[in-house]
Amino acid sequence: MRGFEFSLAGVELVARGSGALWWPGLRILVVSDLHLGKSERVLRLGGAPLPPYEAQDTLARLEQDIEACDPALVICLGDSFDDDLAAQGLPEPIETWLTRLQAGRRWTWIEGNHDPGPVGLGGTHLFELPQPPLTFRHIAQPGAAGEVSGHYHPKARLSARGRSVSRRCFLLDCDRLILPAYGTYTGGLRSEDAALTGLMRPEALAILTGPVPRPIPMPR
Amino acid sequence: MSSLPTRFETWFAERGWSIHPHQSQMLDRASAASLLLIAPTGGGKTLAGFLPTLVELADGDHEGLHTLYVSPLKALAADIRRNLSTPIEEMSLPIRVEDRTGDTPSSRKRRQRADPPHILLTTPESLALMTSYEDAARTFRGLKRIVVDEIHALADSKRGDQLFLALARLQRLCPDLRRVGLSATVEDPQAIARLLARHPDPCEILHADPGPDPDIRMLETEENPPWSGGGGAYAIPAVLEQIRQHKITLIFHNTRAQAEIFFHNLWLANEDALPIGIHHGSLDRQQRERVEKAMVQGKLRAVVCTGSLDLGIDWGDVDLVIQVGAPKNVKRLVQRIGRANHRYNAPSKALLVPANRFEVVECVAALEAVKAHDLDGDPRGPGPRDVLCQHILATACAGPFAADDLFAEVKTAGAYVSLTRAQFDACMDFCATGGYALRAYDRWQRLMQNAEGLWHLRDPRASQLIRMNLGTIHDSDKLKVRMRYGGGRPLGEVEEHFASQLNAGDTFLIGGRIVRYEGLKEMTVEVTRAAVRKPKIAVFSGTKFATSTQLSHRILRMFQQDSWPALPRHTAEWLALQREVSSLPQPGRLLIESFPHDGRQHLCLYGFAGRNAQQTLGLILTKRMEEMGLDPLGFVSTDYATLIWGLEAVRDPAPLLDRSALLDGLDRWLAGNAVMKRTFRVAAHIAGLIQRNAPQARKTGRQATFSSDILYDTLMKYDPDHLLLDITREEAMRGLVDFGRIEEMLDRVGDRIDWTPLERVSPLAAPLFLEVGKVPVEGAAQERLVAEEAERLMSEAGLA
Repeated sequence: MRGFEFSLAGVELVARGSGALWWPGLRILVVSDLHLGKSERVLRLGGAPLPPYEAQDTLARLEQDIEACDPALVICLGDSFDDDLAAQGLPEPIETWLTRLQAGRRWTWIEGNHDPGPVGLGGTHLFELPQPPLTFRHIAQPGAAGEVSGHYHPKARLSARGRSVSRRCFLLDCDRLILPAYGTYTGGLRSEDAALTGLMRPEALAILTGPVPRPIPMPR
Repeated sequence: MSSLPTRFETWFAERGWSIHPHQSQMLDRASAASLLLIAPTGGGKTLAGFLPTLVELADGDHEGLHTLYVSPLKALAADIRRNLSTPIEEMSLPIRVEDRTGDTPSSRKRRQRADPPHILLTTPESLALMTSYEDAARTFRGLKRIVVDEIHALADSKRGDQLFLALARLQRLCPDLRRVGLSATVEDPQAIARLLARHPDPCEILHADPGPDPDIRMLETEENPPWSGGGGAYAIPAVLEQIRQHKITLIFHNTRAQAEIFFHNLWLANEDALPIGIHHGSLDRQQRERVEKAMVQGKLRAVVCTGSLDLGIDWGDVDLVIQVGAPKNVKRLVQRIGRANHRYNAPSKALLVPANRFEVVECVAALEAVKAHDLDGDPRGPGPRDVLCQHILATACAGPFAADDLFAEVKTAGAYVSLTRAQFDACMDFCATGGYALRAYDRWQRLMQNAEGLWHLRDPRASQLIRMNLGTIHDSDKLKVRMRYGGGRPLGEVEEHFASQLNAGDTFLIGGRIVRYEGLKEMTVEVTRAAVRKPKIAVFSGTKFATSTQLSHRILRMFQQDSWPALPRHTAEWLALQREVSSLPQPGRLLIESFPHDGRQHLCLYGFAGRNAQQTLGLILTKRMEEMGLDPLGFVSTDYATLIWGLEAVRDPAPLLDRSALLDGLDRWLAGNAVMKRTFRVAAHIAGLIQRNAPQARKTGRQATFSSDILYDTLMKYDPDHLLLDITREEAMRGLVDFGRIEEMLDRVGDRIDWTPLERVSPLAAPLFLEVGKVPVEGAAQERLVAEEAERLMSEAGLA
């Protein structure tokens, strides 16, 4: 899978078509908003039963990225679990799978708004992770610099010869990078939304995910 | 000659009636185990079916249920009850008649189970429900006859399969039950007889006098039909003129959306304010009932309608049927024409209105087929297994059963004669465990075996949910449409999918008026009146029938004539021009044109395989072109052709059509296809994998789609041999995917491919550019376009 190379705060980074971020210098792989256990939570809250296996799908894609990059550290940028109960109630095969992915590397769970407490799974649990010159946290903070975050599930739309194409995307300006959601059942927030246009500089780029990630001026 | 008792003879005589020959034949053969009557509309079919029952019940000795009457329409059951009350009252027969449908209050339904009437009028769904109760044996004790009305309509559908399985069950409860089927004119009465009779019992077939041939022509109009589209709006002045000249006109359309648009335009042109109504399945029931009542009372001069008026009921003095749009299927056309003139022995009168130039050809071909009594119809495959799964669960609701007994019982139903034990066991396993991939989930564990080896529900409370979800009718999920202010009755229903695409301010047609979409409130679409003349959108239902194989062949043969005196001049000239510029498609050959147009390369295949198969062909071919680096962008299909466009020209189309490559492409393409997912969704609902109705609340269609799509992906990935996927493939091959007709085309064509590269669009291909329903291909070409657009945007912003 090809990636789009760019730099943030002087660090060379790669936006992968899958929606994962790769920092080759320190061998760090970053994914955001996995939302594992969503179907269980929806069912618990009395919603329509979503079929199972969404966690398998998310982990299968994560496994591909891990195999391709062989990272020394994996950072899950928050909302990795749909809520704390989901984190505790993961089916056993999913737990085993996670453990297998964690073998031979460090693993950091960043707190999200959906999953604030520490998880009983392997890896460290942090509110945010400073890795100078970058900072990894779940929700972007106005005024920050060198910040890598998730939370918003950004997506962007473009019109290619009259055909409208909508893709999950990274949002990038000289201060920050916002990652797309990685989880299978996650929806998206259009880049035109005020929450995102207010956060990103006017010259920001949207990097569309897909077989080949492609940058465009952030639609606003 | 007949065994008609004096009381009946007197009654007939008093009314100045004489008994029809087929009515007395039915009486003579009343003791036959199964009997099928083929009679045209208006031939006294229903009375023929009931006479033996009335005669047998006349002495008042029978206790309990004697005759079950099953019809595909609820309204028909109520109508028959009214019609039967006349002879029963006038002859003072000691007979109690009741109907029982989904609309019957539950208190009466309970009473009917405990104390059934002599004659019970019902629908296949209500019958399936009744046989699922523990006390079914008591309810049906004494049952002698079952009369299946409009059996030709049921024989083509899963409703019929469900009914015939319920019949097998009834026959076990009442071994001397006699079966009677009443059918309109069909191409293969034997096929229906096989479904009706208990296998391997014989079934006698009676034919009533078919009556005179219909008087059927094409409507002459001043304006020529347009090149494409399906509205028939050009014919409105001529249609209005016909309405003026007749008492009651039925105007049939192939889709609800077209009916709505036509009705709207009809009213805009209706200067004399002739009373004209509209009737289709998306309208609110009360609205439909109002139109029906007005028709019976003779207050309407015309009704614009769809298949919702195809069946049964006598809607008053209809003396003209107008079919707008190509009939697609000769058999249905003949049955529709029969709606005009319910007097026996008078010809029905009908007019065809082709909606576009190609349909002119199709209409003329259909007229010839009607004259030649050449009805079409494709034989149906073996009984669908999703219906069998539902039947197994329903059987379990009625009490513990032995698998061997149920298997033997199911095999007596005509559609399931070839069912193997292995197939049956797979269905049993699915009902018991949900299948391999789902066995860990409680909600799909439904049956278990007791110590004696009998199967029963694991949780008896599950029977409520199973009963709630009995039935095989699968309408897309609908939302009610209501005026925002002033409340009042709903205007009708739209598909949830349609509603989800609306933005506030969009205008659309419903019930003949234009409304503005305001918003969605608790599963209701809120609208306000809109004072515009042209609605923005009107497509809220897309049932599209494919033109039948027989009709397609007839069109191909017609193309071979030197000239076309039967065709209007504009159409004949169009065909002649096509012959001059390119060539006309021939039977036994496949014409493929290729040409550049508007900066893209086009390929047009005239397969004449029907809309669904041409659609599938488009999907598989674009998939193959994608792999070959031809970067297809999209395609559009009609009943006769598929037009594909892309960024690269095709140098040799023959290898694209290699049969094994097509089949291989089909397998891979099927996996992720929306058509398959839709087919899966229906099968999953019928087989009970997903419940549509739950005691708490109704699951919205989007939620249902969401979860059934993901379930589909899940099973494809983790359990590709799951029973439901197997069923889905089988269904799709003959339904929406219709690969059967692609194979029919390949057989017909062999290696005789006429590839014609052209400089520009041919006359026959031109209308395809105006067709709606273009399907985009999301592949390399899209990536190319995205890359192109991304680069353009970046350089425009000075970033690259």
